[in-house]
Amino acid sequence: MTSEVADPADAISISPAADPGFLQRYGGTIEYILIPGAALVGALGVFGIFVALFGKNPLDLYFYMYQGAFGTWFSWQNTLTRAAPLILTALCTALPAQLGMVIIGGEGALLIGALASTSAALAMPSAPPLAVQLAMAAAGIIAGGLWIMLSGALRQYRGVNETISSLLLVYIALAILNHLVEGMMRDPTSLNKPSTREIGAANMLGSIPGTDVHWGLVFGILAAIASYILIYHTVFGFAARVAGGNIRAARIVGLGVGKLILTICFLAGASAGLAGMVEVAAVQGRTNANLAAGYGFTGILVAFLARQNPLAVIPVAILLGGIGASGGLLQRRLGLPDASVQVLQGIIFVFVLASDALYGRIGFLKGKS
Amino acid sequence: MDFGRISKRQLLQGSAALALGSTFGARTAFAADTTIGFIYVGSRDDYGYNQAHAQGAAALKKMSGLKVVEEEKVPETDAVEKTMESMINLDGATLLFPTSFGYYNPHMIKVASKYPKLRFQHCGGLWTEKDPKNAGSYFGYIDEAQYVSGIVAGYTSKSGKLGFVAAKPIPQVLRNINAFTLGARLANPKVTTQVIFTGDWSMPVKEAEATNSLIDQGIDVLTCHVDGPKTMVENAARRGAMVCGYHVNQSPLAPKAYLTGAEWNWEALYPKFVKMMAAGETIPNFYRGGLKEEIVKVSPYGEAVSEQARKHADDIKAKLAAGGYTIFKGPVVDNKGKAVITAGTERGQKDPELEKMDYLVEGVIGATS
Repeated sequence: MTSEVADPADAISISPAADPGFLQRYGGTIEYILIPGAALVGALGVFGIFVALFGKNPLDLYFYMYQGAFGTWFSWQNTLTRAAPLILTALCTALPAQLGMVIIGGEGALLIGALASTSAALAMPSAPPLAVQLAMAAAGIIAGGLWIMLSGALRQYRGVNETISSLLLVYIALAILNHLVEGMMRDPTSLNKPSTREIGAANMLGSIPGTDVHWGLVFGILAAIASYILIYHTVFGFAARVAGGNIRAARIVGLGVGKLILTICFLAGASAGLAGMVEVAAVQGRTNANLAAGYGFTGILVAFLARQNPLAVIPVAILLGGIGASGGLLQRRLGLPDASVQVLQGIIFVFVLASDALYGRIGFLKGKS
Repeated sequence: MDFGRISKRQLLQGSAALALGSTFGARTAFAADTTIGFIYVGSRDDYGYNQAHAQGAAALKKMSGLKVVEEEKVPETDAVEKTMESMINLDGATLLFPTSFGYYNPHMIKVASKYPKLRFQHCGGLWTEKDPKNAGSYFGYIDEAQYVSGIVAGYTSKSGKLGFVAAKPIPQVLRNINAFTLGARLANPKVTTQVIFTGDWSMPVKEAEATNSLIDQGIDVLTCHVDGPKTMVENAARRGAMVCGYHVNQSPLAPKAYLTGAEWNWEALYPKFVKMMAAGETIPNFYRGGLKEEIVKVSPYGEAVSEQARKHADDIKAKLAAGGYTIFKGPVVDNKGKAVITAGTERGQKDPELEKMDYLVEGVIGATS
């Protein structure tokens, strides 16, 4: 990549008029790949030093990370399985970010979506599987959407900070889930692990053919692409970005900011709610406390690392899925504690945020100025 | 004592078979370089549930010809399925111990069906006839050890008020609370046990609050049933109360305040399993036992335990270890005055009714919902 970039840059330094169009057109895109890439390499370097301080060989570290995440077909499937829920939960943060809102309550929407989709499946015991799955998806999407829309509405009509309200709603969602799972919706045979009844093997979403990665990955990629088109290639998305840039200006030009906030929050919650539905329909088969596995919170990290770009969410989710997949191997082969993976995630996070300052400052990428 | 001799003989047979198998290469399922995978839901040095299993794993590491790989903080989602498969595919594990209760259904069952030649041993006692034959589930009647702890607590408490920090009102936990209280009432029939449910398995802040609030009410001996008793033990000791431990021996955390405790004895059970497999025996799919089977044990008494308490506790412990003693023997009345076990009824260790326990016995202050 470096050489590709270096060549036109050299050309510019020799004769500025040679091909200014290339960098003007693609300089921004190259920047979007080059800067996070460099941040990642830097973070891995620092993590290597960190691991070396504990007497482990950093080269072993990189080898095992590669092997555990991408080294074999099994490792790829491991990585993609872990990435699947993260794409959807990351959209829950990335979409409202277009409006300048910081929503961190994807976990709550996931739980409520899971609960609603399980209820839908249990309410129609004799329906054909496809109908059950569609009903589950619809229930998960609507319930999750309304859940985050609540945060949007509180912000729009009551001036409540959406970051705080969406976070607090996570704990409310968890309490509702525990209450129902341990009470009204409890399967009486789930003695020591309170759970709802199972949705039934026939109603489960299978794996993508030829893999054992579930369909959540496909849903996530489709949702990310749809979000990208919505934000960058529609009038609605343009309006959202205008409002995100300057909300007063948006109001002055007559944009319905309230409607934008509610709609975007609904879509954000809907994707996390869909993640909840997939966790039930493809993994757990029922609702219980296992669903609160933190996908909603990891999704925040994914969204920020992707700089809130819905399309960039996909590779970043795969990267974090890979880190998760290789984390096990690091524990087993190098004897590193589980927390080392969190250290790595933290270092990457810091590097990527710090590298934000570099955008627009790399001389050779500016083209003709 | 008879038991000790049998296990020693099994040990000899086991190691002989292990040597034979490796010499002739006949027993492919159990060659000399067998790799065993351990998976924990929390950190393996939590002074609790996970550490108990890690101690069992450590006992296996000492046996020759075995390689143990461990992974901690694996959530009860498809992540554990991938961890199991990663241990199988990348480490060559042929025997797996996914130790958390929630790993069983659907995760371990799914992986066990996919790899029918490998052996899976789950902690929880959940195996039923419809589950794969290579999936075993074991558990211990730790309420027997809690009963002995209760006797010690009953003698030691000056106020006659005991405290119990519990996770969830599920049968396993209720059984421990009830056994502890029944034991304490052998020592002092007027004793009461105040129970506080924190709502989840690992809630250090709530556990600390519960501990403080119990001590504020004049309670001077505490025990618990949460994943990591460390919080309760350290806080109670700091406040000058006495403690009975759970899962593992917590006396290093509070040498003066530690009376005794109910411990798992996985370091005895896991080598036994491995020897059974090496000898070509089948491990029963459903394997349970108590003090007699050496699956649970009682911590050595602390210095604060009186001579009288030691004598009584030792006496009951010996009876339980001999197998001729019933804890849940009628008449037992619950704390709402309802007879739950009628006079003349003995509910022994393996009685399925006890698995459905949904009451707190007379003397326990608290409610199941």
